Amino acid sequence: MSDRNYTPSSKLGKWFNDRLPLLTLRSHLTDYPTPKNLNYWWTFGAILTFCLIAQIITGIVLAMHYMPHADLAFESVEHIMRDVNYGWLIRYFHANGSSMFFLAVYIHIFRSLYYGSHKSPREVIWVIGMIIYFLMMCTAFMGYVLPWGQMSFWAATVITNLFSAVPFVGESITNWLWGGFAVGSPTLTRFYSLHYLFPFLIFALVILHIWALHIPGNNNPIGIDVKQPSKDTVPFHPYIVLKDLFALLIFLLLFAFFVFYSPNLLGHPDNYIEANPLVTPIHIVPEWYLLPFYAILRSIPDKLFGVIAMFASIFVLVILPWLDTSKVRSAIFRPLYKQFYWILVLDVLILGYMGAMPAEGTYLLIARIATAYYFVHFLIILPVLGKKEKTLPVPLSITEPVLGGSPNPDMVKKKIFYN
Amino acid sequence: MKNFIKLTFLIFFSLTFLSKSAFTEEKKKLLSTNWSFKGYLGKFDRASLQRGYQVYAEVCASCHSISYLSYRNLAEEGGPEFSEEQAKAIAANFDVIDGPNDDGEMFTRPAKLSDKFASPYQNDKEAMASNGGAYPADMSVLIKARSGGADYIYSLLLGYEDPPSGVTMDDGVYYNKYMFGNNIKMPNPLFMGLVEYNDGTEATEEQMAKDVVTFLAWAAEPHLEARHKIGFKVIIYLIIIIILAHLSMKRLWSRIEPDV
Amino acid sequence: MSDQKKPKRRDFLFTASYAIGAVGVGASIWPLVDQMNPDKSVKALANTEVDVSSIEPGKSITVLWRGKPVFIKRRTQEEIAEAKAVNLEDLKHPEKDEDRAKDPEWLVMLGVCTHLGCVPLGDKGEYNGWFCPCHGSHYDTSGRIRKGPAPTNLEIPKYEFVNSNTIKIG
Repeated sequence: MSDRNYTPSSKLGKWFNDRLPLLTLRSHLTDYPTPKNLNYWWTFGAILTFCLIAQIITGIVLAMHYMPHADLAFESVEHIMRDVNYGWLIRYFHANGSSMFFLAVYIHIFRSLYYGSHKSPREVIWVIGMIIYFLMMCTAFMGYVLPWGQMSFWAATVITNLFSAVPFVGESITNWLWGGFAVGSPTLTRFYSLHYLFPFLIFALVILHIWALHIPGNNNPIGIDVKQPSKDTVPFHPYIVLKDLFALLIFLLLFAFFVFYSPNLLGHPDNYIEANPLVTPIHIVPEWYLLPFYAILRSIPDKLFGVIAMFASIFVLVILPWLDTSKVRSAIFRPLYKQFYWILVLDVLILGYMGAMPAEGTYLLIARIATAYYFVHFLIILPVLGKKEKTLPVPLSITEPVLGGSPNPDMVKKKIFYN
Repeated sequence: MKNFIKLTFLIFFSLTFLSKSAFTEEKKKLLSTNWSFKGYLGKFDRASLQRGYQVYAEVCASCHSISYLSYRNLAEEGGPEFSEEQAKAIAANFDVIDGPNDDGEMFTRPAKLSDKFASPYQNDKEAMASNGGAYPADMSVLIKARSGGADYIYSLLLGYEDPPSGVTMDDGVYYNKYMFGNNIKMPNPLFMGLVEYNDGTEATEEQMAKDVVTFLAWAAEPHLEARHKIGFKVIIYLIIIIILAHLSMKRLWSRIEPDV
Repeated sequence: MSDQKKPKRRDFLFTASYAIGAVGVGASIWPLVDQMNPDKSVKALANTEVDVSSIEPGKSITVLWRGKPVFIKRRTQEEIAEAKAVNLEDLKHPEKDEDRAKDPEWLVMLGVCTHLGCVPLGDKGEYNGWFCPCHGSHYDTSGRIRKGPAPTNLEIPKYEFVNSNTIKIG
């Protein structure tokens, strides 16, 4: 995959490149052969990179005005919103940017699940991706605490209290996390420090994620390896760059609607009330992108097992490449898996909705069923399907279905190609 | 294409749940009126803002602080747009604590444009003690801090009625149709003719409620008009550049995919 | 890989798209830059009104303006005469006293040494004015540099008397 044949055109370029091969890297990235049949679900990697960089830039700018102390935090956010030039814009961008970041990551993850991008030889890409996802959740959780509203404070209290479930050392761990005997200013300042740090860890992991991707190359909608690069692929620049840019602009349009016309739709009104350790909100709810995990946590009556279940739900995703035993990658050729895929999507949406509801009555019952089903999908259905499912015949190559000669005439008609 | 439609459906499906309050059991249909600031092209009605300020100052300010607002905001673009002289005069009516002076003492002085709005109480505890244990909420972001926003506050102000039969209210507690739990420690603050508007508008309860809520909506979102204006430009720009990007992409890909 | 060579002529469509795209990128960068400019709350403190009614002749006060000290001195007749009597050729930074103090009784200047920014001490120094202890600059009764490393006289900010008791600085 790496291009050893590149020689810089200028003497200065050659001198520099011999010492630090950045120009070779640039040539590799621009020429990188990408399957030409990628559909729009593949644009979310680029969209995510944009989101990460945008959040870092707006975050650094906000950090120039924010005060990380319990007595000053809420006021400093209001100062940003009212007095700082364009402060309101940068703050709403950062807050809604977090939601857009997660929207993109969920689409990106579900794309992988559908097309088998997590399967051999891309297991490490998947695992790194899961670590990135986990760090994103930690970053978002800590970031939400910073405005020091009622939800900030109480979400921090509830989630950090979970660690007290650890046997023997639970309380010590929790006090260590808090820097005190309850969530307070020490908690806020350390969350601020880590919230600033984690995105740079994510950035490093993203580089590894892309590097690991470039070894086997991209997966594609039909899940067939590239057979002939000259026929099956296009150079990344300008073809994929332009397509990613187009998709990013549409994403930005949705983003703009949130920022300029409904900036508080995805937030919670209680977070505009300053944190009060003596008054608990009637319902404590995390941001929407954490709701499925919140539902799983609350569906187990035991505190420790609830925590274990929540972490298990992420762990089960990490080991997915070894749970999904199918030899066929893409769900296009796996009719039974396709059904279970959409049931999983529905299950996750139900979990999310239940996470926003009080954990009682019918809501709790549904959450429990949905939680159980979630684990059944990954631990039972996937391994069994891989062995038992009768898959459709796969095409010979990416270009084969269109140029003819494919054993599957439907492929020719469907034009699963560039859409 | 089919998958794109599925995804769009999923997103809007999710959004409909989000836009409802999570607690539909408590939901009553809120009162509403034609807010000038709602909608994509929403703006604030300057006259309504000025009247709303008058209602705040004469009715609410004796108990409710609005401490993230500065007096100079009254003269800034996008708000009530009082003249600088008027705003200075308003500020000078209030005293703020300053100091220490060279003798080491704190002293009071009339407020300047650069000062934040003075609070009726020195601290939260004094506020609670003076109001039967209930803290009169600071109004700076009150509209954003309540589910239902402007409609909710409007409904609450107009929602005082007699308790249903068989229900007796404690001393100092009043029945309000829209308050969570129906019990509120604030007595009905608005009465017909309570305020004599400087611009001569008739001060009905609905009018005062509408004006003060408009004022509070501005107090919570002073940059709303700029946000809508810039948003409009951004979205038009994005639509144009999306079309250009799409055409460029088609042109580019047509080199290798003749049927695209 | 594409079999065709890339056309050497750039399509107008691409050029127009790049140009319009660049406008968007520039417009997006501006808020990120402007947010570092002084914000509205800082600009609101850009001018300060000071009550000078209690200052006796020969005395001075120091007020904070835009984060910096400002000396307001009510000069005695001797100090005024001393300032006016100075020969301009003796000055490193020639300035007439009338240009520095419109009303000669009142001297309003930034208490920031023009050398490296320390706050000079009043009623000190060889010229009866101010003395900066950091590197030994001496200023006279008009705040002009007479001896030492400072290059220019103490800065006079924009100010005016809004009434006989109040000076507005800035």
